[in-house]
Amino acid sequence: MDIATKFLTMALAILIFVAVVGVILFIAGRSERTSGKRVAFLFLLPTAIMLTVGLLYPAVRTIFYSFFDAAGTSFIGLGNYETIFGSAEQLIVLRNTAIWVLITPFVATAIGLLYAILVDGARGEGPAKALIFLPMAISFVAASVIWKFVYAFRPDQPNVNQIGLLNQILVWVGLPPQQFLISTPFNTLFLIVVMIWIQAGFAMTILSASIKAIPDDVIEAARLDGVNPFEMFRFVTLPAIRPSVVVVMTTISIATLKVFDIVRTMTGGQFDTSVVANEFYSQSFRSDNQGLGAALAVLLFVLVVPIVVYNVHQLRASEAR
Amino acid sequence: MSTVTPQLDLTPEERAALQARSAAGRAAINAKKKLTSPWASFVAVVLAFLWTVPTFGLLVTSFRPELAIKTSGWWTFFANPETTLDNYKAVLSTEGSSGLGAYFVNSFVIVIPAVIIPICLAILAAYAFAWIDFRGRNALFVAVFALQIVPIQVTLIPLLTLYVDAGLAGTFWTIWLSHSIFALPLAIFILHNFMKEIPKELIEAARMDGAGHVKILFRVLLPLMKPAIAAFGIFQFLWVWNDLLVALTFAGGGTAVAPITVGLANLSGTRDTAWHLLSAGSFVAIIVPVVVFIALQRYFVRGLLAGGLKG
Repeated sequence: MDIATKFLTMALAILIFVAVVGVILFIAGRSERTSGKRVAFLFLLPTAIMLTVGLLYPAVRTIFYSFFDAAGTSFIGLGNYETIFGSAEQLIVLRNTAIWVLITPFVATAIGLLYAILVDGARGEGPAKALIFLPMAISFVAASVIWKFVYAFRPDQPNVNQIGLLNQILVWVGLPPQQFLISTPFNTLFLIVVMIWIQAGFAMTILSASIKAIPDDVIEAARLDGVNPFEMFRFVTLPAIRPSVVVVMTTISIATLKVFDIVRTMTGGQFDTSVVANEFYSQSFRSDNQGLGAALAVLLFVLVVPIVVYNVHQLRASEAR
Repeated sequence: MSTVTPQLDLTPEERAALQARSAAGRAAINAKKKLTSPWASFVAVVLAFLWTVPTFGLLVTSFRPELAIKTSGWWTFFANPETTLDNYKAVLSTEGSSGLGAYFVNSFVIVIPAVIIPICLAILAAYAFAWIDFRGRNALFVAVFALQIVPIQVTLIPLLTLYVDAGLAGTFWTIWLSHSIFALPLAIFILHNFMKEIPKELIEAARMDGAGHVKILFRVLLPLMKPAIAAFGIFQFLWVWNDLLVALTFAGGGTAVAPITVGLANLSGTRDTAWHLLSAGSFVAIIVPVVVFIALQRYFVRGLLAGGLKG
């Protein structure tokens, strides 16, 4: 397909869509004198169809097939879940996911918070924040390529120069270069660095807004009491921004649980670096093990739910105050 | 102000100078309340440096000749600057296995409908939830809100099966529809919350004038909703442009439909030492979302906070 055809297809799609919305609005406009209910029905109809067919039905079907074998033909009960929690290979996946979720939210939030406090009110605050925040705007794939280059490895031979910055630093201080993405178990940590690099900007932005919302007289009163900067942080800033910290950490936890792009782009899940979301993709689309793939997706669902519920609860609590 | 200090009859210049001085005073107070040790500045500079260097290194690399990239580190560029645009020419071409041009075009074709469709449908649904009374409204709204927690992984294989059955597999339609579906719960949630904050009197006044729902939506609400639409629009744009999972699942790896993220990921998988292509390819993929992000930054933070649950 050439470029013109592609854009024509796109224009056609938008046209079809505009026509559908137009018809809905036209019928709604005709019937609204008689009944508001019919208008509501018409306005909700496309959404209801799309969510039922595109989200509800697939979710139920996936849960159903998580109790079936690789081909999706015979019922095996909890067999797939036994594989996830029983086989050595899958246990490494679970271990890695746990490491990701235990490290990323804390480190990313801590760095974001530290930076937000350091640059708060300083000259050049805007550009300084933009530097940390820009990784949020780019794709995980591009971020992975950026870091893959930092970790690039060249054999340790006299006439070979390192081209990756990290290995060059090792060489400069007199250490042998390392295969950062291949040597287990630390390679998972080097992947986590990428996620922290992306998420710290998110934490910084939200927490910075939250710090700025602390009333000036509270800070002034604390200063008149003669608190030092660390007491100020511990007894004034931190309690005031606690709800935002919780929201930021839970949000990053959810994103981390679902991390797929980074693992796939940097190692493809090899060298013991796979995580649940990546394993889901590999099992479903590479190994054609539909049952195990479905079970991994369901596991992801089950892991995400409590965090989301807690997050919504915290959001409500912080709004109620 | 003139009542408090009647004796002061300031020229505009003097007033501006006074204001500037009071602003400077406020800034001084602000500066004092920070951790004023030089260590604080030092740590901030180190962090900013660490966060920028990886990207900067790849940016420099993208302008170096292939041979130079392979034989020396990018930091030697400053001692021995050699620049070329060949890498960008290579990745932007639409031919050959290294050209990402077709993927780049696909990204635009994917992202425009994938932003427009959910916004329009969500406006209709959000209006119904916010301003039309019907039985079961609250229960239905909570249900839509709750759908945000469904991870898209759970839906992919059944959706793919549906697309294959419908004969849509491997077309742009699968990606447009999927992104629209996944975006709807969040879009409805954001737009509904915004619509609810519009004063009731405004809607009722329009209704008194004989305006029906369609008219109220277009004449009264839509003009007020620009910030909310922008907040969601930019969030959805970045999400779709940067997505890999949905694209990989439905578009496959070929140049027919797959976006730039898939092209770049493939290149990284098959030619993971071709840094002259990977570096330029990354920046081709990065430049669009960065420009959009910088242009619409102030709307983005709002969308970000509301959209944290998505994915």
